[in-house]
Amino acid sequence: MQSAISISLSSPSPIARFDVINTSNACLPTPRSLRFCGLRGEAFQSTSSFKTSSFRSARLNSRSSLNKVFAALNSNGATSSSSSSGFDYDLVIIGAGVGGHGAALHAVEKGLKTAIIEGDVVGGTCVNRGCVPSKALLAVSGRMRELQNEQHMKSFGLQVAAAGYDRQGVADHANNLAAKIRGNLTNSLKAIGVDILTGVGTILGPQKLKYGKGGSGDTIITAKDIIIATGSVPFVPKGIEVDGKSVITSDHALKLEFIPEWIAIVGSGYIGLEFSDVYTALGSEVTFIEALDQLMPGFDPEIGKLAQRVLINPRKIDYHTGVFASKITPAKDGKPVQIELIDAKTKEPKDTLEVDAALIATGRAPFTEGLGLENINVQTQRGFVPVDERMRVIDANGKLVPNLYCIGDANGKMMLAHAASAQGISVIEQVSGKDHVLNHLSIPAACFTHPEISFVGLTEPQAREKGEKEGFEISIAKTSFKANTKALAENEGEGLAKLIYRPDNGEILGVHIFGMHAADLIHEASNAIAMGTRLQDIKFAVHAHPTLSEILDELFKSAKVKVSTSSAVAQPVPV
Amino acid sequence: MSHSHLLRSSFIPTAPTSLHRRSAAVSHAPTRTQQIQSKIREIFMPALSSTMTEGKIVSWVKSEGEKLSKGESVVVVESDKADMDVESFYDGYLAAIIVDEGLSAAVGSTIALLAESEEEIALALSQKSSSSASSPVSVPAPSDSDASKVFDEMPSSEEVASTQVLNASVSSAGLGSAAHPASEGGKRVVASPYAKKLAKYLGVDLRGVVGSGPNGRVVAKDVEAAVKVSGGGGGAGATVVASEVAAKSSGVKLGSVVPFTTMQSAVSRNMVESLAVPTFRVGYTITTDALDALYKKIKSKGVTMTALLAKAAALALVKHPVVNSSCRDGKSFTYNSHINIAVAVAIDGGLITPVLQDADKSDIYTLSRKWKELVDKARAKQLQPNEYNTGTFTLSNLGMFGVDRFDAILPPGTGAIMAVGASQPSIVGTKDGRIGMKTQMQVNVTADHRVIYGADLAAFLQTLAKIIEDPKDLTL
Repeated sequence: MQSAISISLSSPSPIARFDVINTSNACLPTPRSLRFCGLRGEAFQSTSSFKTSSFRSARLNSRSSLNKVFAALNSNGATSSSSSSGFDYDLVIIGAGVGGHGAALHAVEKGLKTAIIEGDVVGGTCVNRGCVPSKALLAVSGRMRELQNEQHMKSFGLQVAAAGYDRQGVADHANNLAAKIRGNLTNSLKAIGVDILTGVGTILGPQKLKYGKGGSGDTIITAKDIIIATGSVPFVPKGIEVDGKSVITSDHALKLEFIPEWIAIVGSGYIGLEFSDVYTALGSEVTFIEALDQLMPGFDPEIGKLAQRVLINPRKIDYHTGVFASKITPAKDGKPVQIELIDAKTKEPKDTLEVDAALIATGRAPFTEGLGLENINVQTQRGFVPVDERMRVIDANGKLVPNLYCIGDANGKMMLAHAASAQGISVIEQVSGKDHVLNHLSIPAACFTHPEISFVGLTEPQAREKGEKEGFEISIAKTSFKANTKALAENEGEGLAKLIYRPDNGEILGVHIFGMHAADLIHEASNAIAMGTRLQDIKFAVHAHPTLSEILDELFKSAKVKVSTSSAVAQPVPV
Repeated sequence: MSHSHLLRSSFIPTAPTSLHRRSAAVSHAPTRTQQIQSKIREIFMPALSSTMTEGKIVSWVKSEGEKLSKGESVVVVESDKADMDVESFYDGYLAAIIVDEGLSAAVGSTIALLAESEEEIALALSQKSSSSASSPVSVPAPSDSDASKVFDEMPSSEEVASTQVLNASVSSAGLGSAAHPASEGGKRVVASPYAKKLAKYLGVDLRGVVGSGPNGRVVAKDVEAAVKVSGGGGGAGATVVASEVAAKSSGVKLGSVVPFTTMQSAVSRNMVESLAVPTFRVGYTITTDALDALYKKIKSKGVTMTALLAKAAALALVKHPVVNSSCRDGKSFTYNSHINIAVAVAIDGGLITPVLQDADKSDIYTLSRKWKELVDKARAKQLQPNEYNTGTFTLSNLGMFGVDRFDAILPPGTGAIMAVGASQPSIVGTKDGRIGMKTQMQVNVTADHRVIYGADLAAFLQTLAKIIEDPKDLTL
């Protein structure tokens, strides 16, 4: 969840988006590329290559037709089917997080009369308690780290006196960023005429739901299609008492109310790792508590090892692996936070820690209570709403519930903000009459430590397993940041990019990057996977020199594929 | 065939290129066969790429005595291309590290020893100690004779090993066992992550460290303090220099080639650079009876001799700004606006010059406090650049060793440096024809003759002598 997508859009241009998508859809024979973030400022960019000159003029004219389109939007889909079919809305989305937002934007593009129900604040976890504020803190920690690294500064010939920070100033930066993005998000919804309905949304039956503060004051509405996008909350294992002061979750940590001298972080996934980066940069010492035998269990093992060498070992961090925190008692009466550790396998007591604070980063639990799922005979599995590959909700009898979809953390398929958004767009494609299945293996993920970690597709062990099962060969290619001019200019030669591919047909199975700006670099690989671009083709794409993107260029070129280039890229273009 | 031996007894990196073994490694395969029997295996520098001839140890993932299992990373090696983890091919204990972090070794040479069981660690250690004498720091691939010699000595070296173990246990017991308030009667040590890391790095037994953190937790500064105490540093000011140098002289591996540390490289660079400056020297004998008396009087207030000398020099420099000037380009010179006295301190095998800024303006007590702070920071390697490279005039004092006079090299970018000898009783003739006893010291100033001339130095020294011989101004 922490892996953020950047959602900053100061001046949304929904009208232009509305226009172009309609035209481009009409003429595109191939499925349109997915947008991972529905908040892109430049909607033209992605489709411009398909445009003929007539579309170009349509685009130029869009400004003059602004008023007219606005009028249509203000009546929110009055011309669409909803009025004729007798529903209040074509689409109602429960939850205005990044997933709901992405879906709403795309729905309006498709001409659907859309409403979004939000019981808390617009923006959901990502914007308010997740990716967005954490990026603000990480931006600070990155700079701190750089300024504190005398060796690094010296190698540039820079002299910096002892760097310090003001906790409140750092906390304010995170808070202001969240507020700003929240504002942008709300405005972008309002600008295109999406109704934001305040309150808790509950499903009453097929195509029928209510919203409000609960009780009799609730409003009942009908919708042709409903999307559940209620997201998740921090998961706190039993035995752990969260007091919000000394024992905290990411929700509290992002407010940065105090910086403990020593903090234990339970869980070494993205969230834990990013917070360890923030806390150590601000002077805390960190102890990781990980239930599995290895730190950073979600990453490709090789990347994990390298990351451990760079992000853990040289820092003021130690760790206990293979243990559960069976009981955590908050600090009180002058006593420190007490953590009891038990062996993850034998359950025998192993150790007791006394620390100043504990951050629970053991993952996230779906937020699906009060949704009224019982009214439509849907049973959650560990809280998650069961769905098929098209995000259609499955009921207790294993049957699809018509007109009901669930996207994002609530379905647990891939708990990432941009995955939720992509799933939402996929659903909108379906409800507007076009079949669409999202390829989750093309969704990138990133961890914004310094340096960053990013990946898309399979890890090496996963790829090997798949290869064995399906009978194809796997090859690995690697390039080092040390060999990249731009990385060396920045004195950031520490890093590795790893490609897992099929030598027989050049298919990219996975790409893993650890190093400076890894989170930005991954998209060339994720786009290639999404589009099905093969290595033998992409290796002819040109990269500007000197840039970090050459690391991927290098990576693609070093792959040894047994088939030759397909002719598509070789079309001559007169210059 | 030798290949198979190699692969069995060695470590291969995660990269598939490891099959590109170099001939150096192949040449002494027979020795290795024997060592397999002895259950002590050598860990070799692997070839991580086809072009790699030597590798640098970036870091040891495991430390000596640590258990490791097959497939675990043991060491990180930097090749000509990238850093790579080298994994263990066996279960066992990392008995001895032969090539330390930061050093290079040829592909195929032994970089560490792996013991199969804990009992065999001692055996491996003895193997290391006997081999280390013959293995220079930039380890070339050991020749056959070397390797076999190591093997020959093994049976008899068990004795050596046991004494080593004994020594180790004695020294750890000697640390004492202060009961830890937060440790359930001393059974458990509560130490912060960084304190633990630091203790491991500095070889401090945490059980003997008294914690000063919350609830008696051991924090990093406690570990640093423990090192200081056991190192015997103690005193302030000039005495630090003496003890640190003395401590340094023992425990040097004779015949070894040691690459410069960062500090040593910096000193080396500065020294060579200094040759470009035309310097000359002027000496002076100063009577220090009055200064000694003053020192005795205010010593209890934390005043150090270093601070007194720095203050005296600063006051003299106020009157002779040219001696406090510096010439950097050979075309012009700067009358420095501040009088910053740098004082040379031998530290940790190197040399650093903490700076007493505006020594003319601070009173002697502030100056003494400041000096103590600087020395502490220097030893913790926490001096900020402006605390060691802003000196305008340098003081070097070897008096506490009994040195009566010496000659100092002028640090580049400054105008003059003063070498201070020991102050000792001497028989002197007085003007009225009698012989008397006076305590005297010799000072010798080296200066940049492009800007400072003989007469300048002479006048400066005369002023300095006056101040020291009548030191009432020092305490103002």
